[in-house]
Amino acid sequence: MTCSELRTFLHAYLDGELDLVRQVEIEDHLRACGACSRTHQAQLALGSALKSDELYFRAPAHLERKVRMAARPAEQKTWLPRLRMPAWIGAAIAAAAVVALAVFFSPMLSRPPRTERIAQDVVSAHIRSLMPGHLTDVPSSENHTVKPWFAGKLDFSPPVADLSAEGFLLVGGRLDYASDRPVAALVYRRGGHFINLFVWPSASTRELAEGADARQGYNLLFWTRGQTNFWAISDLNVTELRQFAGLVRGRLS
Amino acid sequence: MDTQPQPSSAFDQVVLPHLDAAYNLARWLTRNGHDAEDVVQEAFLRALRFFGGFHGGNARAWLLAIVRNTCYDWLRRNRPSEASASFDEEVHSSAVDPNPTPEDLLIEQSGRLRLREALETLPLAWREVLVLRELEGLSYKEIADVAGIKMGTVMSRLARARAGLQQQLAIGLERK
Repeated sequence: MTCSELRTFLHAYLDGELDLVRQVEIEDHLRACGACSRTHQAQLALGSALKSDELYFRAPAHLERKVRMAARPAEQKTWLPRLRMPAWIGAAIAAAAVVALAVFFSPMLSRPPRTERIAQDVVSAHIRSLMPGHLTDVPSSENHTVKPWFAGKLDFSPPVADLSAEGFLLVGGRLDYASDRPVAALVYRRGGHFINLFVWPSASTRELAEGADARQGYNLLFWTRGQTNFWAISDLNVTELRQFAGLVRGRLS
Repeated sequence: MDTQPQPSSAFDQVVLPHLDAAYNLARWLTRNGHDAEDVVQEAFLRALRFFGGFHGGNARAWLLAIVRNTCYDWLRRNRPSEASASFDEEVHSSAVDPNPTPEDLLIEQSGRLRLREALETLPLAWREVLVLRELEGLSYKEIADVAGIKMGTVMSRLARARAGLQQQLAIGLERK
């Protein structure tokens, strides 16, 4: 990666919006290039300064009372007169709000519905797995125990990586269901955080791109390697989850 | 008069927890606490009216989209010059060095107050993406939804907004 390419992708990198391949390229470049590394440091400093509490304006208490009352139709009278306005403004606001909603919802319609549905499946399966007694069907830290366990239960053999040296301990495996088919769920642990890695064969190489998502407090990463789809999900922070995904990819290539 | 809330409605539970986020965005876009309160009240009225059409998903981004549009409508009504100030990404960016050097790392010296002033002087479109990203922690996708722009635009606008902010900080320091 050149310095110019780095500058193109630096902000997406800082914001955790880059795919894994580019992220690794950026990190390699930052290690090697002093000038880019200093730019990166400056941006990090700006970012953390902006996250200061002093820059965040919290709603005053009386505003919460006013807004709460708005949600109670019976009491709207007590403050509505303050907002009374000519009818045409009301109509204009209604029209603007319709436009606002259209603008807001139109990108949702264009989101690939399949990826969206898989993400929902993955989140549900992850949450279900964390309920007592649901985490593993085959509890084992041995990849040579977990991998053969799937034989005869799935129509493919999931790759199982041993990442214990890097601090991601294999906890076991489980049969699960996502993307309208049975899938292999490999469970890893990092400190107190569980990672579910869902694995299944891809129907076509163009089926899924790579990506990242965050929902309901969980980070998700997905990618396709060869003929196999991978979805990793955890409450682990996104940096360490990316590290995990990078290790899985490296080990299985 | 009793102002304690009744048993909470779905609206109370889903939308009200994001009141701080709504106020913060309105405060940064209007740059005035009193105006921000008016905008938030109006936005919540709209949100209440449209709540029936909200079918789950990210309530905060949903509300922030309404707040953002209410802000723009409010600015058009009350400060037409500000709202209609045409924003040309290229023109605004031409004055900004896209590659700040380490010497631009002035946050410590300039302090939080300078940072607030610098952020307030940025064009509305830049302030908006910075607040949504840095203060509200929204993803590019969510920012694109809230601001009604493409995800690629979110990325390039954020890069330029950050460079613009650093330059504002540098200018402020020279004046001292």
